[in-house]
Amino acid sequence: MQEDLALRGARYLRRRAFDWIAEVGRVTLLIGELFRFLAPGLRSFGLVIQQMGSIGVGSLWLVVVVSLFTGAVAAVQAAYQFSTVVPLKFLGAVILRSVIIELGPVLTGLVVGGRVGASIAAELGTMKVTEQIDALRAMAIHPVRYLVVPRVVASIVMLPIMVVFANAIAIFGGFVVAVTSIGVSAHTYVIGLKQFFYLKDLYSGLLKAFFFGGIIGTMGCHYGFATEGGAEGVGLATTRAVVASCVLILISDYVLAHMLFRFIFAS
Amino acid sequence: MIRIRGLTKRLGTKQVLDGVDLDIGKGESVVVMGRSGTGKSVLLKHVIGLMTPDQGSIEIDGQEIVGLKEHDLDEVRKRFGMLFQGAALFDSLTVGENVGLALREHQRLDEREVRRRVAERLEWVGLSGVEDMKPASLSGGMRKRVGLARAIAMDPQVILYDEPTTGLDPIMADVIDQLIRGLQRRLGVTTVVVTHDLVSAYKLADRIAMLHDGKVVFTGTVDETRHTQDPLVRQFVQGSSQGPIAV
Ligand SMILES: Nc1ncnc2c1ncn2[C@@H]1O[C@H](COP(=O)(O)OP(=O)(O)O)[C@@H](O)[C@H]1O
Ligand SMILES: [Mg+2]
Repeated sequence: MQEDLALRGARYLRRRAFDWIAEVGRVTLLIGELFRFLAPGLRSFGLVIQQMGSIGVGSLWLVVVVSLFTGAVAAVQAAYQFSTVVPLKFLGAVILRSVIIELGPVLTGLVVGGRVGASIAAELGTMKVTEQIDALRAMAIHPVRYLVVPRVVASIVMLPIMVVFANAIAIFGGFVVAVTSIGVSAHTYVIGLKQFFYLKDLYSGLLKAFFFGGIIGTMGCHYGFATEGGAEGVGLATTRAVVASCVLILISDYVLAHMLFRFIFAS
Repeated sequence: MIRIRGLTKRLGTKQVLDGVDLDIGKGESVVVMGRSGTGKSVLLKHVIGLMTPDQGSIEIDGQEIVGLKEHDLDEVRKRFGMLFQGAALFDSLTVGENVGLALREHQRLDEREVRRRVAERLEWVGLSGVEDMKPASLSGGMRKRVGLARAIAMDPQVILYDEPTTGLDPIMADVIDQLIRGLQRRLGVTTVVVTHDLVSAYKLADRIAMLHDGKVVFTGTVDETRHTQDPLVRQFVQGSSQGPIAV
């Protein structure tokens, strides 16, 4: 009886492992096709612009709210941790660097990943179960060229743009809190910002955003295409796309941070 | 024109196609009948290369399409039009954009010519002036007709119809049947219709094929089908739950 259970457990794990490997294989193939159809896909530039618009419009307010409060919280937390050890003139600097290196890209990535990843997966998933993807192929229009390339490219372009925007809002949010409730003068805050602004911090944040955009677009498309079985399948696909985007964003954030700050920018 | 031999396809645990043989001549109209779930849609999807068989061969005008690369398949597909079971209109596009999509993607026509062609095809299916509507706001019969207009936009030599009349009222069904027959007679389009609607089948077919248990078990003209002694076909035609077809 117990052995039986152990055997079943082992079999289950093995099946899950194979499923997982197959999944990685399919994503790899999709990325391969993405590169293959990149040039022809970009020729329909209108589709890319249209996707950029819908990503921007769909996520803008969310990003504004999230960034504003991220900056505000960063200010409160930093002030609390500084207490008497670190002078408050460093407040602006700490907010600046934590926002542009880490908080801006990652939180924007997670928020947009939830919003855009889900909507891409839902749209393509619906197209899959209503045979619209088949219809495209039957018309000799490759779905990767027509659907995937515009979405992934638009995510890759839009994410860094939104991160720049989110950074500015977050720093502003920190500013408001610092001046109104912590008692740092506007002048001091801005001096802190200026003194500790390094371009490589900004670049590393934007590089992260670039990858996060790729992850969001690719996961949305992958799970959209993998949808099976009606409305329920579409719901499942959106959930999976969001979970996969968020997990991969956090993992790749670590990997990128490690590479950037231990090797490339280490000197 | 289309020559199918020994086509097999397993989906999940079910042997959906189990050695299908079927010939469809140029300009001919063949109706494939069979119960729901026998694999009629699966068969059509093989003919246009949307699914690849486990075994077997499909020749289009003498060219084997099984094993063709997607790129080469696309050249074959450009000669085909397909009307999907649920019409499969792109719901992010307007009706006009749906009908004109293949023209815009594949042909270097100027915008005015595309619009003219779209308007013409919509007129053929009796739907003038709906270019700017979204598919979501159309009725079932209108969706099917827009799907038909989209299928014929590129002047295909072969049109595949997946249950063109299922779920429509009898009058709308007749309208669609007339359109299909008209296209076949007027333009000499090779026509493959998949349906379980007998009324349609009799109106549309030069030849009827019956798909059962993954095989084509019968082919014959409309008259031969009506008067056949084949027990499977008789049971289907008479719509009886008693007979060799297990329910
Ligand atoms: N993509 C698929 N995956 C698994 N099974 C499928 C798939 N498509 C169709 N089937 C199964 O194949 C059988 C035939 O389906 P279909 O061709 O749609 O029947 P119909 O004759 O009603 O058009 C059904 O049992 C269906 O469940
Ligand atoms: Mg079907």
